[in-house]
Amino acid sequence: MLEMTGLGVRYGDVTAVSDVDLTIGDGEVVALLGPSGCGKSTLLRAVAGLERPSAGAVSWDGADLAGTPVHRRGFGLVFQDGQLFPHRDVAGNVAFGLRMLRVEREERAKRVTRLLELVGLAGYERRRVTELSGGEQQRVALARALAPEPRLLLLDEPLSALDRALREQLALDLARLLRETGTTALVVTHDHDEAFTLADRVAVMRTGRIRQVGPPSQVWREPVDVEVARFLGCGKVLPPEAAHALVGVRARVGLRATALRVTGDGPLAGVVVERVHRRDHVRLLVELDGERYEAVGPVGGRWEPGERVRLAVDPDGVAIIG
Amino acid sequence: MPLAFLGVFFAWPVLAIVGLGLDEGGVLPALADPATWDLVAFTLGQAAAATALALLAGMPVAFLLARCRVPGAAVVRAAVMVPFVLPTVVVGLAFRALWPDGGVLPIVLANAFFNVAVVARTVGGLWARVDRRAEDAARALGASRLRAFTSVVLPALAPAVGSAASVVFLFCATSFGVVLVLGGARHRTLETEIYLRTVELFDLSGAAALSLLQFAAVLAALLLGAVARRRRESGLRLRVEPPRRPSGGEWAVVAAAWAVVLALLTPVVGLLIRSVSAVDGWSLAGYRALAGTGERGTLAVSGLDAAVNSVRVATDATLLALAVGVLSAVVLVGLRRTGSWFAEALDTALMLPLGVSAVTVGFGYLITMDALPGDLRTSPVLVPLAQALVVTPLVVRIVLPVLRAVDTRLRQAAAALGASPWRVWREVDFPLAARSLLAAAGFGFVVALGEFGATSFLARPDAPTLPVVIARLMSRPGELNSQMAYAACALLMVVTAVAVLLVERLRVPSGGEF
Repeated sequence: MLEMTGLGVRYGDVTAVSDVDLTIGDGEVVALLGPSGCGKSTLLRAVAGLERPSAGAVSWDGADLAGTPVHRRGFGLVFQDGQLFPHRDVAGNVAFGLRMLRVEREERAKRVTRLLELVGLAGYERRRVTELSGGEQQRVALARALAPEPRLLLLDEPLSALDRALREQLALDLARLLRETGTTALVVTHDHDEAFTLADRVAVMRTGRIRQVGPPSQVWREPVDVEVARFLGCGKVLPPEAAHALVGVRARVGLRATALRVTGDGPLAGVVVERVHRRDHVRLLVELDGERYEAVGPVGGRWEPGERVRLAVDPDGVAIIG
Repeated sequence: MPLAFLGVFFAWPVLAIVGLGLDEGGVLPALADPATWDLVAFTLGQAAAATALALLAGMPVAFLLARCRVPGAAVVRAAVMVPFVLPTVVVGLAFRALWPDGGVLPIVLANAFFNVAVVARTVGGLWARVDRRAEDAARALGASRLRAFTSVVLPALAPAVGSAASVVFLFCATSFGVVLVLGGARHRTLETEIYLRTVELFDLSGAAALSLLQFAAVLAALLLGAVARRRRESGLRLRVEPPRRPSGGEWAVVAAAWAVVLALLTPVVGLLIRSVSAVDGWSLAGYRALAGTGERGTLAVSGLDAAVNSVRVATDATLLALAVGVLSAVVLVGLRRTGSWFAEALDTALMLPLGVSAVTVGFGYLITMDALPGDLRTSPVLVPLAQALVVTPLVVRIVLPVLRAVDTRLRQAAAALGASPWRVWREVDFPLAARSLLAAAGFGFVVALGEFGATSFLARPDAPTLPVVIARLMSRPGELNSQMAYAACALLMVVTAVAVLLVERLRVPSGGEF
């Protein structure tokens, strides 16, 4: 079990991370979610032992790790862009950690084969890493990090360098892999989809502090404050009175675009201001009682600006703040 | 450790010389003497002229190496490098074979000859990575080829040009062998004057004053170079641009580059011809004479013994320089992560031996090393030590860029997989830098082989190196002596060329950065 208590990291006068308390249980996957520059990567580096904390402590099963250098922590590390060893082939990369552990040659080869199968790259042993695509490189990086069976896997934006289709596929693969191997992991990401796909719990970070920790659904539905709500895609925040009038909840709420859906018999009437086609829906800007809201409609919709539409509230797009 | 080495074997001797000058009160009179300033003017003037010439000749070659895919590029790459590592005495002799009377022109030409490689390598290294699309954009906006070059490419190359110019200027201002051989008594620079005053006039305080003056100039040039280097490392968006076939007017530049290469080879060929000619036609007498001690026993040992000694000393020096240089590079790479002023200072300090007169260093050894246990002054250990000092900056300049190019996260990945810091170096840094280490060893070896300034001070008569033997043979009358000298030059040149070609085969990415 990993424990961070009152953890802080400073660069000179700049405080990158402060006052972080977070626990990761055995076999649990926690995502650190936040905008770029919020200190999430610094926090991960502090856990890895690459950054010296200026306050607080990182401990494993109750033992403080302050005096343990990176290479004795037994934590795996995966970077955004793989960072494979260019002078070794795929097998040489995956076997690296096993060699450090002085695993016998035959046993090493067996484990490498098994891990390559696990990440979907069976038979890639002798390939040069420079000839692999970005997605393949990232799979090799993952196999390399998993090979020595780390007590904790640290993933720093593991999928951000890949293009969208590949990213979504690999996110699912990665989620399955982490479950199957029962790996304890800390994933840093700025992408909520990624965080929610991978993690058992999500920790939302902003300006060096953790603002909220909880299961994905809870964080998604009940963001702790307006900033977290906005980061999680709530474009519009309504005070309790307005919320009561529109969605029937007497609390401050955040509305995502999906909160208002165009339906032929919806109870609300609005006027289309703008229309943009997105991948799997049409995104509209509509005016409702003098206020502008985002709304979504089905792909085929051809509403023109100025046209009247009927809208209904979808509770899944409504987040209750606080 | 590198600092301790620099301290004991560089700073101390140099400071001792400076102290000596100050103690005897010769500095002020020397500074007040108009002759001193004539000397300074000539030193700087010839260095400036040679630098300009080297830049002019080096740019087309840089273009060829960086941008063009033409047959024979590998030959050009090697041919340009040969002059840089040729022993200064050899180059001096090569030019004397063409201009028997010496003079200012051959001095400038010879100094430029050495340094075309520095310009071509440094500028070419950057040129190959400057985004070609900026040039294309300028052309699309209506700029002519020339205009696109002057307003887009040249500004992008400015840091490399500036850095190369400052190093070339440094080399030219402190060039010793060339000026000694070609200038005779008429044309003297600070460097040769220091040598003359210490060795022949025993005017130590005057020599020390001149050393001081030279040191100041060197420091200024180095600081300028450091500023240029820093500008290069920041601000430029680089990507690898594959070379392509030249088109249209670019062929003119390629032709100019080939002309430069031919011009570089002329003195070399001239020297080879001299080594096999005698008054009465062709003869291999010079080569045969290498087995002996020259006409009327000019030398204490045979030419072959000197050659063997040269190789042995250069090997020791190279190993020592590799140890110190690699250690320094590792320290510098480690320090850069913290970005301290100390890293900058160490970086610049490691360059100092390149610019400080080798004569001063050699002379400094003579007056300080008796204080160390075992009186090193007469010890044969001194020569490799002094040569290592000259070679170390070269090693650092070749290895450092390669180590710096290694992504820190690659090391962190290895550490996270359980590699200790030492193991990280062995598993990551070393394999990635191995080629550059070999290249550094190769270049270091030939530079040590040709080192003359400090070696001429320190080599004992019974254990001279080839350059020392050549100088001694040239200074004595006798047809056989001079033939033998030319033959020895040819021998050195062949060893050098072979070493350079071997290094070229390693294809180290940038081949060094200054």
